Amino acid sequence: MDVMSSSKLSLGPLLFNWDAEKTRDFYFAIADDAPIDHVFLGEVVCRKRLAGKNYLPDIMERLQKAGKKVVLSGLILISDERDMKASQDLAAAADDYMVEANDLSLVSLLQGQEHAIGPYINIYNEATLKYYEQQGGRHICLPPELPAASLRALAKVATSDLEIQVFGRMPLAISARCYHARAHNLHKDNCQYICNRDPDGLTVETLEGQDFLAINGLQTLSYRYGNLLAELPELAAMGIQNFRLSPHDVDMIKVSQLYRDFLDGKKSLAQTNDSLEAEMIAIEFSNGYYHNVAGLEQVNKP
Amino acid sequence: MKKLDLVCPAGTPAALRVAVDNGADAVYMGFRDETNARNFPGLNFSVEELAEALDYAHARGAKVLLAVNTYAAAGGGEPWIKAVDNAAMLQVDAIIMADIGLLDYAKRTHPGLRLHLSVQASASNAVAINHYVKEFGVRRVVLPRVLSVTEIRDINQKINIESEVFAFGGMCPMAEGRCSLSSYITGKSPNMNGVCSPASHVAYVKQGSDLKANLADFTINKFSAHEQAGYPTLCKGRFSANGAAGYLFEEPTSLNVTRILPELMAAGVSALKIEGRQRSKAYVRDVVKNFRRAIDAAARGERMVINMDHLSEGGQNTTGAYDKKWM
Repeated sequence: MDVMSSSKLSLGPLLFNWDAEKTRDFYFAIADDAPIDHVFLGEVVCRKRLAGKNYLPDIMERLQKAGKKVVLSGLILISDERDMKASQDLAAAADDYMVEANDLSLVSLLQGQEHAIGPYINIYNEATLKYYEQQGGRHICLPPELPAASLRALAKVATSDLEIQVFGRMPLAISARCYHARAHNLHKDNCQYICNRDPDGLTVETLEGQDFLAINGLQTLSYRYGNLLAELPELAAMGIQNFRLSPHDVDMIKVSQLYRDFLDGKKSLAQTNDSLEAEMIAIEFSNGYYHNVAGLEQVNKP
Repeated sequence: MKKLDLVCPAGTPAALRVAVDNGADAVYMGFRDETNARNFPGLNFSVEELAEALDYAHARGAKVLLAVNTYAAAGGGEPWIKAVDNAAMLQVDAIIMADIGLLDYAKRTHPGLRLHLSVQASASNAVAINHYVKEFGVRRVVLPRVLSVTEIRDINQKINIESEVFAFGGMCPMAEGRCSLSSYITGKSPNMNGVCSPASHVAYVKQGSDLKANLADFTINKFSAHEQAGYPTLCKGRFSANGAAGYLFEEPTSLNVTRILPELMAAGVSALKIEGRQRSKAYVRDVVKNFRRAIDAAARGERMVINMDHLSEGGQNTTGAYDKKWM
C-alpha cells in the first residue's frame, strides 16, 4: 500500500449549530455510507449549544457499529465553571473513548492518558510537538496557518499521528463575545440560539461587497473553504496521513468519497477537482496557508 | 490589599525612560525581530539597548520584563532560543512567553530566569494556568481579555501565582494567541510574525468624498469627510452581514479600567498592563502618569475616574470583557 492509499480520512467536529434531527440524520448517513475512518464528535465552539445534545449516544453507537473510530472533541475556550465541567465530563470518558483536547486545560486533565489534540492548540514547532506527545498526545491535528515547511519539519520528528484539515472553512478565531448574537442585536445570555440559522456560518462582507469572513457564534471562520486536495500527495509523502474534512451543509458523503477515490488512485486530481467544483458551484476554495501566502489565496501549482 | 503593579510599554529606549520617569513599576519590551508580538519597523531593542535599559530602570527601582511572546518557527527556532539565552545573560527581571517549547527550554536551561505567561498563551482558566505553574514554574500569568472580573476572581482563588490584566489601550476582541484573521488576509500573523493587520498591507484610497481604509485590498472601513479615519485593524472595521452594516466584531475603542480598579484589586489582581509599545513617547507619558495617580488612589481606597478619551482609539473607551455586558 502506498502512502496515499494508506492515508486516513477524518470528519472533524461539526462546528455549526444544526438542529437535532438534521445532526442525527447527518451522522447516521456518515456511519452508513461515508468512507471515513475517524469521526470527531462534540461541541467545540459554544458550551450553551451542549444543551439538548442527548442524541449523541445514538450517533456514537451507530458510528462504532459501522467500524468508525469515535473521538470526542472538547471546547476551544474554557473560561468558567460550566465550561470546565464539560471538560471534566469528557476527561471522565477518556477510558472508553479517545478525547480531543482543544484547550491546554483538557490536556492537563488527560495528562498521561492517550488523547488527541485539536487544531486550536498552538503547536508551531518541534519542541512543542514533543512536549504534547510526552503528555500523551497520540493523534494531533495541526493549526491551519502552518506552511508546508513547518508541516514537513514537524512530520520529521513526530511520533504521533499527525492530521491536517484539507476541506472546509478554516477556524481563524475564538472570542468570549458572540458575534452571531451581536449581529442580531442580542446579548449572549439571551442569544435565542440564533446561530442555528446559518448552517455553514454567516457571511461577513466588506462595505464594498467583498466576501471576507464567516461568523459562527463565538468563532470566526474563513469565507473560503480550505481545500488541500492537490497537496495530498505531498502531505502523505512528508508523513502526514490523516486528513480532516470539516463538516458543511453539502453532500459530505460525496465529498469524502471524492477524497477517498483520489487517495486510492481511482480518480485523477483533475477529475476529482472537477467533481468537487461541480458539487459545490458557489464555493470558493483556498490553499494559501500551505503555500506560505495569505490563507485566502488559491495557489495553483504549475 | 497589595498595591497594583504598573507595567508599561517600552517600544523604544526613549519610551522606556519616559515610562520609568513617570512612575512605571515595570516596563516591557521585545528584541528587534519576529520573537515578539510587536514586530514593527522602528520599534524594539537590540541586546546592547536592553543592557542599557536594565541599568536605567534598575537605578530607578523599576523592573524590566522582556516579551518573547510569539511562537518559534518549526525548523527555524534559533532567533527564539537566542532571545531566551540573551534574556538570561542580561538577567532581565522576567521573560514573558507563550510557546510551550520555549517555556520548557527556558526552565531546563535557565532555571533562575523568572517566567511570566504571556496573554498570547490564552490561559483562560485555573487548570491551564496551574499546568504552566507545575510544568514550567511560571510565576505570573497575563490573563486573556476574555474574562469577566468575577471569572478573574474565581481563577485567582485557585492559583497561587500573580495575575496581570490589561488595563489600557488597544483591545483584541478575539482570544489572543488564538487568532489567525491577519494571516488569512495578509499572510502575516501575531503568532508567527508578531504582527496583526501590518502597515505594509494598508492603503488609504479616496472614493469620491469618502476615504477607504484597505488592508490587502479589502475595505476594512470607509470614512465620510466629517469622520476621522482610523487604522484598518481587521477586527475593528465596519462590515456587513445579512445586509446590515456595522462594527460586527468590535468598535474602534480603547480599554480603560480606571473606574474598576477597586474591583480588580478585590479580585486578587497583582499587576496592570498598559498596551502600546507602538505608541509615541507623549502617549506613554500621559497614560503612565494617569495610571500612577489612579493606582495610588486605589491603594488609599479611593476610586478615581480619569478621562483619557483623548488617548483612546476613536475617542471611546470600554471595560471590555471585564463587564459581562460586553460579551
